Amino acid sequence: MDAPFLIAAALTLLSAIAAISLRNLVHCALCLSLTFLGLAALYLQLGAQFVGLTQIVVNVGAVAIVIVFAILLTRSADQPDASRFNKGAIWVGLICAAVFATLVVSINTSYVSMKSGAPAPPLTVEKIGHELMGRYVLPLEAVALLLTAALIGAVIIAMKEPNGKGGAQ
Amino acid sequence: MTLEAWLVFSAALFCVGLCGALIRRNAIIVLLSIELMLNAANLNFIIFWRYGVNADAASGVMMVIFSIGIAAAEAAVGLALVIAVYRHFKTVNLDKVDSMKG
Repeated sequence: MDAPFLIAAALTLLSAIAAISLRNLVHCALCLSLTFLGLAALYLQLGAQFVGLTQIVVNVGAVAIVIVFAILLTRSADQPDASRFNKGAIWVGLICAAVFATLVVSINTSYVSMKSGAPAPPLTVEKIGHELMGRYVLPLEAVALLLTAALIGAVIIAMKEPNGKGGAQ
Repeated sequence: MTLEAWLVFSAALFCVGLCGALIRRNAIIVLLSIELMLNAANLNFIIFWRYGVNADAASGVMMVIFSIGIAAAEAAVGLALVIAVYRHFKTVNLDKVDSMKG
């Protein structure tokens, strides 16, 4: 166990737990961006520099901000004393603990866990660029099309409906 | 660092996300928890790329790059749906959003 992993893992897990359990929604979104930052640090430790920086740019920079916008746009007049958890919270906790225990047992008894860590494979940004323009050009174009369609669709869904045409009453 | 430690951490992150998706009443926090689970899966891709036998290929990193792109699209559409639901029901409490047409 080395210290950088422990620090980043503890930061990530604690901020993830805070993100799903805090009462103030804006605090939840800020904890989520802290989780993404911790994950980026873990990617850097794994030798995936490009993915770590992409994580910061996309998730911390875009997704967390979009979530903050959504929280501010949907701030409702719900009574603040209402519980933020469902009724069956204890069962949910038990289910999650069972899933975690199952995963840990299967990780520790599987064949892949017998291998030891190999040195980090060198993967430069130049090589990633060549791969993206070579072998992976078709998935790249598909993701570009998907993103365009998804963003146009998001705008259309969130657009204010014209009066008298269904929707808001 | 051993492979097991990374995988156990990733499993813990996934379970936190699962717990949040099941336990919270606010639709935005449920989407946020889904993001957490997705990120745990991405971390697994990178872990297996780093520790796998076929380590010199760029496949794991490519998978995660595309996955992050698709996650961004999913977040945009999901939050647009939440805003549309809020405009209709005046709440994002998932227990109160329970009628389909009305």
